Amino acid sequence: MSPPTFRTRDLVKIYRTGAVEVQALRGVDFEAAPGEFVVMLGPSGSGKSTFLNIIGGLDHATSGEAWFQDHELTAYDERELTLYRRDHVGFVFQFYNLVPSLTARENVALVTEIAREPMRPEEALALVGLADRMDHFPAQLSGGEQQRVAIARAIAKRPEVLLCDEPTGALDSRTGVLVLEALARVNTELGATTLVITHNVAIQEIAHRVVNFANGRIVSAHANAERKPASAISW
Amino acid sequence: MSALDRKLLRDLLRLWPQALAIALVMAAGAATLIVGVGAHASLSETRAAYYERNRFADVFANLTRAPKILADDIARIPGVAAVEPRIAKIALLDLPGVAEPASAMFVSQPDLHPPRLNLLHMRSGRAPAAGDESEVVISEPFAKAHGFAIGATFDALLNGRKRSLRVVGTAMSPEFIYAVGPWDLIPDERRFGIVWMSERALAAAYDLDGAFSSVHLKLLPGTSEAAVIERLDAILSRYGGLGAHGRRDQFSHAFLDAELKQLAAMSRILPPIFLLVAAFLVNMTLSRMIALEREQIGLLKALGYADSAVGLHYLQFVAAIAVVGIVIGFVFGTWLGAGMTRLYSDFFHFPFLVFRRDPAVYLLAAGITLAAAVAGAVMAVRDVVRLPPAVAMSPPAPARYRRMLPGWVYGLVRLPQSLVMVSRHLMRWPLRSLSTLFGVAFSVAILVSSMWAFGSIEHMIDFTYRRADRQDATISFAVERPRAALASVLALPGVLAAEPYRAIPVRIRHRNVERRVAITGKPPDARLSRVLDRDAVPVRLPATGVALSDALARILDVGIGDEVELELLERDRRVVRVPVAAVIQGYLGLNAYMDLEAANRLMREGAVISGVHVAFDSRQRDALFRSLKQTPVASFIALQRISLQKFRETLAQNILIQITVFALFAATIAFGVVYNFARISLSEQGREMASLRVLGFTKGEVSGILLAELALVTLVAQPLGWAIGYGIALLVILGFESELYQVPLVVERNVYAWASLIVIGAAIVSGLVVRRRIDRLDLVEVLKTRE
Repeated sequence: MSPPTFRTRDLVKIYRTGAVEVQALRGVDFEAAPGEFVVMLGPSGSGKSTFLNIIGGLDHATSGEAWFQDHELTAYDERELTLYRRDHVGFVFQFYNLVPSLTARENVALVTEIAREPMRPEEALALVGLADRMDHFPAQLSGGEQQRVAIARAIAKRPEVLLCDEPTGALDSRTGVLVLEALARVNTELGATTLVITHNVAIQEIAHRVVNFANGRIVSAHANAERKPASAISW
Repeated sequence: MSALDRKLLRDLLRLWPQALAIALVMAAGAATLIVGVGAHASLSETRAAYYERNRFADVFANLTRAPKILADDIARIPGVAAVEPRIAKIALLDLPGVAEPASAMFVSQPDLHPPRLNLLHMRSGRAPAAGDESEVVISEPFAKAHGFAIGATFDALLNGRKRSLRVVGTAMSPEFIYAVGPWDLIPDERRFGIVWMSERALAAAYDLDGAFSSVHLKLLPGTSEAAVIERLDAILSRYGGLGAHGRRDQFSHAFLDAELKQLAAMSRILPPIFLLVAAFLVNMTLSRMIALEREQIGLLKALGYADSAVGLHYLQFVAAIAVVGIVIGFVFGTWLGAGMTRLYSDFFHFPFLVFRRDPAVYLLAAGITLAAAVAGAVMAVRDVVRLPPAVAMSPPAPARYRRMLPGWVYGLVRLPQSLVMVSRHLMRWPLRSLSTLFGVAFSVAILVSSMWAFGSIEHMIDFTYRRADRQDATISFAVERPRAALASVLALPGVLAAEPYRAIPVRIRHRNVERRVAITGKPPDARLSRVLDRDAVPVRLPATGVALSDALARILDVGIGDEVELELLERDRRVVRVPVAAVIQGYLGLNAYMDLEAANRLMREGAVISGVHVAFDSRQRDALFRSLKQTPVASFIALQRISLQKFRETLAQNILIQITVFALFAATIAFGVVYNFARISLSEQGREMASLRVLGFTKGEVSGILLAELALVTLVAQPLGWAIGYGIALLVILGFESELYQVPLVVERNVYAWASLIVIGAAIVSGLVVRRRIDRLDLVEVLKTRE
């Protein structure tokens, strides 16, 4: 059996600003198998974004271990984390974060230019259903389309993991479903381990597994016996 | 303190590096204005006051000899307020411990009455006693150069007879603020001084008892100078008058005029550049600040603040920066002005010369700087005032980008996306990119337009002293000598070659334009002192006609083949017409040349010469100098090599100071412009850069994008800056042009290289400062916020 894509042990994160200490993670133990689609639920401030940032290589843990396959992320320095993000991780954020001066195709090309074995930008955009909008600038695309460009950009490098922080947070239900469909499709076709953070409970039904965060800890987790297709849900 | 005031203060503190960079550019503008206008005022007002107080004459004439009774006739010329007949002669000195032969201008002081014109400003001691043959007052710089105190003695060769002279006083005179010996380039106090002595004693030495050889006139206000000169020339023509002239042709006065013209040019050209760039920067920074504070502006208006109050708030921000700039400019300008004045007092001899701290100059500088700042702010603030609160509080429409080239081009060329980002971002705000481009170009231009002087002066020196006048020394005779004198010069120790010349004072005229010049007669095959054309090719002087330097030809508006009128100011004072046979190159003064024999024919004289150019063996220098000091016929010996060396030293010192200041200014501009551009660019693209970092771009790659933008602008600005700099240099040269010298515009390649190096260096520093901010971007924070 292949090793888990992610494994964390007693992961702790404490933010210090002056005399104030905020304990964002209070010892998180977590595993995700290759190809797994995990939805992480929890109220804001529950620590799920902090957790995602640490295993995505955007932030350092205060203590504990985080592993990606057989690499210990918590032992990585700044430069190694950058390379880890470059080679293995795809990110999708609530606010798309596209480069406004580049077209959809060029935004994707931005990543394929530095990746090791990328797909062609056109291929990635086709995968999210934007084959006919490739030469539009972000300002000419709807929110849902922009988010799908962001997904295409995230997956074009054929990442082992796809980390999504509130990918539908700024979208209405109908557009959000299109985005989720794209995510599910990528997960199936590329086999990328996909972690989706949301506080939208409806989304949990498309996951293999659902993890609940509260107060800096994972308080519960359950597997879905049956996954619903994204098109079957709404909010 | 109101809440808005507090916001103002905090904004200034938060944006201090950008604000300071802008303030520094403004400071450069204010400082150059203060220095330019202040130094001009100091110099011109000091000169005017000095002239007034010491009764500097208006009209000057030299002649061979006239009885003193003639002064009464001169005084009767309508409009003449005062007449001072006197004796003025140049004579060789024999100074203890000085190897080279030195000279002095000997000027008489009246014995029977106090001087009426050109009053001495005594620095120490007293005037020479009437009739005393050894007592002299000497010019202060000359005294200082030789360490002569009251009671010191030295020898002079007056009219061929050696005299021992004793210093009884030191003085300055409005006549000799700038005192240069004949054939010299700049004052050399060691080798040329002014000596005043009793009129009776000097007259006795030169056999001029009851006569004079020079006369100075003061005119009543409103008198026509030309009319007086005409009458004076008529009176003096029988007495060997060499043609009267006004202050314009008085060397010391003319040189100060040239300097004043340069200062005026400097204060007209430089401050506008600095202030224009400052206005650009204000506009750029304020526009971005307002874009970022859009919602706050909406909120303020929604809360009930009037449009004008909000607009004023942003104007105050700019005014505060301007005030800081003005204060720095005041301090720096005053310091620089004082330094400039120190330089002047080394060069010009005034009894007093202070850098004028005229409140009006400071007020003007402050006003113009503030006006430039407000002008830069007006457009941005107008947008603030016009913005309706509801619109302001909603986010701005996303920036619209467009492709600059058809899509297939991108497919074909395969530019890296980071470069595409850079080019589109630059094109998205063309005005800002252009003003940054011009800002950087201007800093290059300032350097080019200040550093070219090195090359041009080198060119001038090379042309004048290595190609044209190749002699080591020029011996001027007190009176014309037969050509046979050449042989006795050749016989002097160490003389390798000697070449005669004949100088003829004339008024040269074409239509209504006339100038006083000396026509120099030279042997046609001259090898030491040659006449060269524009391509530095020797010109063989034709047997008839006159060759004019191009500056003189330009002033007279004549070309080859045209006829000019020569009014001889010696001998029979005929007026003859001669054709212009050649137009030649000459940078110093206005020159006219003739074949030596033709010159003698023109004067209806035998083969006589005015002096000799010599080349000598430097190993026998001391022996030569020793015998020259005893040469009774010479009045002045110019040592071209020594004066050139002195010229270079003085110039190198002055230009180096000037260029250091300009380099500082240019670097300030370059830093200010690039830094502001980078900060604004970063504030606009910070989010994108953080995104790229998240996507796995390294710090180096991400800052590379911003730095590439800076690099592109900086590099494109270089050739533009070179071109603008060349243009400014051309303007400056026009401002410099005087009849004393013509400056060729020669910008050598290393000038461009240095200008670019300094500016690129400043840009790199500002780039690195901004890079540190990119390295510290908070990835998580940026991604969590809506733009």
